[in-house]
Formats: sequence, structure tokens, C-alpha cells
Amino acid sequence: MFETLSTRLTQAAKSLSGKGRLTDANIKDTVREVRLALLEADVALPVVKTFIERIRERAIGEEVGRSLTPGQTFTKIIHSELVNVFGRDTVPLDLRAQPPVVIFLAGLQGAGKTTTAAKLARRLIEKDKKRVMLVSVDVHRPAAIQQLKILADEVGAGHSPSRADEKPEEIVLRSLDDSRRQHMDVLIVDTAGRLHIDEIMMAEASRVHAICAPHETLFIVDSMAGQDAIKSAKAFDELLPLTGVILTKADGDAKGGVALSVREVTGKSIRFIGTGEKTDALEVFHPDRMASRILGMGDVLSLVEEIEDKVSRDDAEKLARKLKKGKSFDLSDLKAQLDQMINMGGMAAMLEKLPMPGNLNSAALKSTANEKQLKRQIAIIDSMTPGERRFPKIINGGRKKRIAAGAGMQIQDVNRLLKQHQQMEKMMKKISRGGIKNMLRGMPGGRLPPGLA
Amino acid sequence: MFGKKTEATTEKGTGFVTRLRQKLNRGGSWLSYDLANLVPGGKIDDDVLEELESELIMADVGVSAAAHIISELRKRLARNELKDLVALRDGLRQTLIDILAPVANPLCISAHPGPFVILVVGVNGAGKTTTIGKLASRFQDEGYSVMLAAGDTFRAAAVEQLEAWGERNNVPVIAQQAGADPAAVIFDAYEAARARKVDVLLADTAGRLQNQQGLMDELIKIKRVLSRHDAGAPHETMLVLDASQGQNALLQAEKFHAALDLTGITVTKLDGSAKGGILLAIANKLGVSVRYIGIGESAADMQAFNAEDFVDALLSVENKFRKEST
Repeated sequence: MFETLSTRLTQAAKSLSGKGRLTDANIKDTVREVRLALLEADVALPVVKTFIERIRERAIGEEVGRSLTPGQTFTKIIHSELVNVFGRDTVPLDLRAQPPVVIFLAGLQGAGKTTTAAKLARRLIEKDKKRVMLVSVDVHRPAAIQQLKILADEVGAGHSPSRADEKPEEIVLRSLDDSRRQHMDVLIVDTAGRLHIDEIMMAEASRVHAICAPHETLFIVDSMAGQDAIKSAKAFDELLPLTGVILTKADGDAKGGVALSVREVTGKSIRFIGTGEKTDALEVFHPDRMASRILGMGDVLSLVEEIEDKVSRDDAEKLARKLKKGKSFDLSDLKAQLDQMINMGGMAAMLEKLPMPGNLNSAALKSTANEKQLKRQIAIIDSMTPGERRFPKIINGGRKKRIAAGAGMQIQDVNRLLKQHQQMEKMMKKISRGGIKNMLRGMPGGRLPPGLA
Repeated sequence: MFGKKTEATTEKGTGFVTRLRQKLNRGGSWLSYDLANLVPGGKIDDDVLEELESELIMADVGVSAAAHIISELRKRLARNELKDLVALRDGLRQTLIDILAPVANPLCISAHPGPFVILVVGVNGAGKTTTIGKLASRFQDEGYSVMLAAGDTFRAAAVEQLEAWGERNNVPVIAQQAGADPAAVIFDAYEAARARKVDVLLADTAGRLQNQQGLMDELIKIKRVLSRHDAGAPHETMLVLDASQGQNALLQAEKFHAALDLTGITVTKLDGSAKGGILLAIANKLGVSVRYIGIGESAADMQAFNAEDFVDALLSVENKFRKEST
């Protein structure tokens, strides 16, 4: 499949090695690779052209840092330029206005507006402690109104009822009234998907927008969108105008170059990214992480955050207390760790977020550390008696045979698991505190724990 | 969409071609205009081809498929076949048709005992449910009895959305409660369709991103369950692709194909200013048959894919030009 930019750069950088300074001549090939990689990431061509020009200007004459290869120096320049385009900082939603603060969502069909409306509501309710009401003015798509109502109930938001035979203008007026009467802090208006060239629908959006006078107007865009996204973003921005962008379906394998295009064309900051089907899968947008993603450098920070979110703090603390008391890391603890890994979406999803050295075959790695294997390991532990789990030393040949049969595996598999446990036990003694979180914290440069590499 | 079922339902055939041409060139005409600007002196050279490559990339054709197309044109240039603008257009047209014609195979609903099962799959928001609604109306017009299976048990109100389409077309919808096992729902629908001697069963599924292995496995299971009772079923495994998507659509097609052995692709939302150039990349690489393209909200706006019509619409080739070139 498409090589990531970092792979491409590693190859192109070979021609750069031994050069102390980046010049027009010696970065030519590399610039070409960057251009192709950006295009393959769906960054719009006009945006690619201006971006490449800026990079070239910045790079030429740049000295190659002592500890870096020319390729790395160049990657660093691209990365920081990408971050520059996205804006250095995360821009939070601006809710400082007289309540109900109206948030208006617009975008093409199938971008994910309704799902995003629910995610946004949930976030505002749970993290910002706001009272949120949702209203759908989508009278066009069958069952769109019902979909939003179900989601509103699910996330605990208020819902202003509407019907498909009403006019969007009437609905939004009534919902303003409803939200005021029910003392809502925020009203999120979910609109029908529309093409930016559909004049009738765009006029409707403009009218509804004018009625509710939103404080935030967010453009919802699919991270898989292609070259045409700049046109739609521009059209929506000119009509409404927009105050921000939410990038959806970012949990897919699209590089999301559209983020760069939309930002460049509209100048509006990206606020959030949608990272899953559930209503809690909305993350704050971090420019540096998106830059890394477009460059294929992996997203360690998001991974660490995800782990912090999903690894139950209680479990980790329990284990920490236990280890502090001088008790050893036994097989039940290993099982808890394996469960955590599965909970995080399996190794494949985790590995995708890790920056892999260009020459490492991540596919091969994935096949050895997949969810199936984790489940098998759990099955082996499940086939043991509580005593065996607590004191693995007592597991002799006969017990191994029984455990293997119970788990439907070979004795070698049991041996492998026990060996793995031994290594982890050793490591746990060293770390002496925390669960997976701490293991990963010590990772860069350090050794990966067995089972993770 | 709702209440928008207009007079367009009656006009088909040439009417569709005309609309296709209009719609594909809405939001700024594409190659025709640019081609004329590209070649002010009328001389075709490498620079012109390079510019053309950029145009192809801007239509989401993708870097490698664009390179392939340009290299074909370069061969023609070397043979001195591209003397002027008309020759270049003709060359481009032929190259694109050469890529697309092999995949332009219309869906054939073969007669056999039991329903003809069409399993519709795709990423979130591609337009699966809407496509099913339009296809149901189309098949009914062709004289088939149709049934829908609400296999999207995950997304809120997905069942209701399909039921709205069923009501509109007066077609039965087999559904269970939200959260039900999609394979069970679709199998139920299959049994019902067989019992009622329905000709075509259109099975909806929840949208899923191709890198979510667990959800892909769910589709594999649906296929397995269906084939256990009818070795041929599903008779069509159709991927619905959003034309406004970029290079990831190729990845979608590849991964869905690897998991499910797709037999057809339907491209939706070609009425935007996106050109759906990714279709060229997919045809070039995978060779899965393209069944239908959708260029608008009404059921008549979804028609069988025809390579020549599509390319002509893409290049906005007027009849005048077609006469000149043939």
C-alpha cells in the first residue's frame, strides 16, 4: 500500500547523507517524495504546491544538526511547518456568550454530523458540566430526526422535538425557545447534509443559520475526503461563515490530508477529531499529532492518552500496592494486563499509533501480536487453578499437560506463557509501580516488555 | 430527498446521460475548459501532459493511476498521434475508456430458486441505505418483487431510515430490535424472502471502517451464514463508495475486496463537484465490476454504469466533438 512519508523520506534521505547543508539540488528528490506523499494523503493540489514552496524556502541553507541525518532534519522542517499551518495551539470551543450558546453543525451528506452532534453534547455535559439541548433540522433524510433523538437520550442531552413535515426555520426558532425555557447552556443544531453546489439547500442553511445566530459554526468533514473538499469548505465558509472544523472518522486508515487543505483554505482551526463509533470517541485536535499522522510518524501522545483513559486507574493502583507490599506479579495480574490490552482494541490498533522505524515490517509484527494470541494466553491462564496462578512455580510437567489440554493448546504454548510471565515479573520488580501506563512511559529507548514486541 | 421525488423519475436513458454530463461538470467544468487553456499554441508536449497529470490528481485519480494514464498518452505522443487538442482529448478519452470499460458490467439478476441476495457494504456515511432505497425502486420498476433486510442494527434509527424507504416503495422490510445480530437479521430476511417467493433481497449493513477487523469479521460471518443455506448467496456483494472521497477509497475497495470478494461497486454522490476519479484508480488496480452510479437525490438519478458515458461526462465531450473524433 501507500508508503508513509517517513518511509519515503528514509529512502530519499540516502541521497542526502554526507551533506552538511540542505541545498536546492540535494533536496530535489526529497521534495518530490514529499509532494507525492502529501497528494496520496489527499492534501489538495493547490495547497500542496504552496506548502512545498514554503518548505523549500525554509529548508535551503539549513544546517544539518549534529545528531540528525539530513532526512531527519528535513522531516523536522516539514513537521514544524505542518504544525505552523494547523496553528500552534489547540483552540477550544468558545462558549462565552449569553446562554443558550448555539453551536451550528454543517457539512456534506454522510460526513457524520448527527453522530458528531451527540459526541459534542456528551463532551460538553461530562467534561464542561453544561446543560445541552440537541435539535435536528434535517427534514430531508429519512429518520434523521429520530436518530438524533435516540442519541440525545443516550448521552443525556435535552432534545427539542421536530418533524419531517416542518420547515427547518420553524424548528430552529422553536428550539431556541425550548432551550431558553429549559435553561440550557448550549443548543446544538444538527443540519441536513448538503452539497455546496446545491443552491436551494445552501440557501436553506443560510436562513436557518441567520435565525439561530450561532456562536460557533462548525464544518464537519470526513477525514477520507478527497481533493474536492477545499471547494466545499470554501463554499460553506463563504456562506455561513465557519468558526471551526471537526474532522470525523479519524480512526480509519486515511491519512487525513483534508485537515491541511481545509485549514489552509478557510483559515479556521480544527477543534476536534472523531475517533470511533461510540459517543465518547471525540478527541481534542492537537496540531502536532495531526502533523505526525500525515507524515506517518505515528501518534504516541494519543496512544498514551487513550491508555490513560481506558486502563482503569483502580486496577493499576491495586497492582501497584500489591507490588509495593513485596508481593510478586502473579499470573492473575498478567491476565488483568492482557485483558487491558484487548480492551484497548488489540495490538494492531495500538501498533498503528506507534512510530515504527522505517525499515521495520509492521505487518509481520502485527501478525505475531494480535488479539487472537492475547485471547489464547488468557485461555491458558483460565485453565489454571487459583493456586497455580498465584504460585506459578508449582506448575510441573503434569500440570502443564492438564493446562494445555484445558486451553486446547500445546505444552510449548504454556511454556512460552510462563517464560513471558517470568520476564514480566522481573520487569515489574524494577518498575515496582503502576500497570501498563508505566511500562509504556519507560518505553522510548527502553526495551519493550515481552508480548509487546 | 424526502418529498423531492420529482418528475425526473420518468426520464431515463439519454436523459440520464445529459444530466450526468451536467452534474459531473457542475462547480467548474473540468478537463475541457482546462485543456483549451493548457494548449494555447495548440502544440502538445511534455509540459502539457504534466499539467494534465495535475488535473487528473485534482479529480482524485491518484498519483499512480494518473501516472499510468499519462504514460499511455506519452506513448501516443511518441507515435506522433497527439498533434492537436482534439487528438489529445481523443487520446485521453480512449485511455480512460480502456481503463473503465472492462469493469463496466451491469448487475444481472439471474433467475434461480430462492431470492437474489444483494449484500450492501461500505464505510460510514457512504450512502448504503439511500442506495438500497433507490435500488429497491429501480428493481420494482423492472418488475421484480423486492424485500429489504435491516442489517444495520448498530446506528441509531438506521432501521427506521430503511423502513421509511420501504414504505415509500411499498416494499416489506425485515427488521429486529437495535443491537440484534446482523447475521441473524439478514438470515431471517432471507428465510422470509424465500417463503414469500421474493425475487430480490437487499440487505443493509452498518457502516464500518475497513481497518476495524472485528467489524469486517462480522461481514464475513453474514456471508458465511447466507452461503450455508444457499451456496450462491449473497449473489452480489456490493461496496458503496462515496465519490467525494480521496485515496482512502482505493484502500477501502482493496480491504473490503480482500475480506469479502466483492462482486460489484456502486459509486454515490457524483453530483458534487468531486469527479470520482478514484474510480479510475480502483478499476486500474482491482478490476471489480462497477454497477451503478448515483448523481442525485431521486431514484432515477441512480443508473447502470457505462464507461463511455462516464468518461464523456467527465471530459464534458460534446456531441460535436464526438462526431469529429469518430
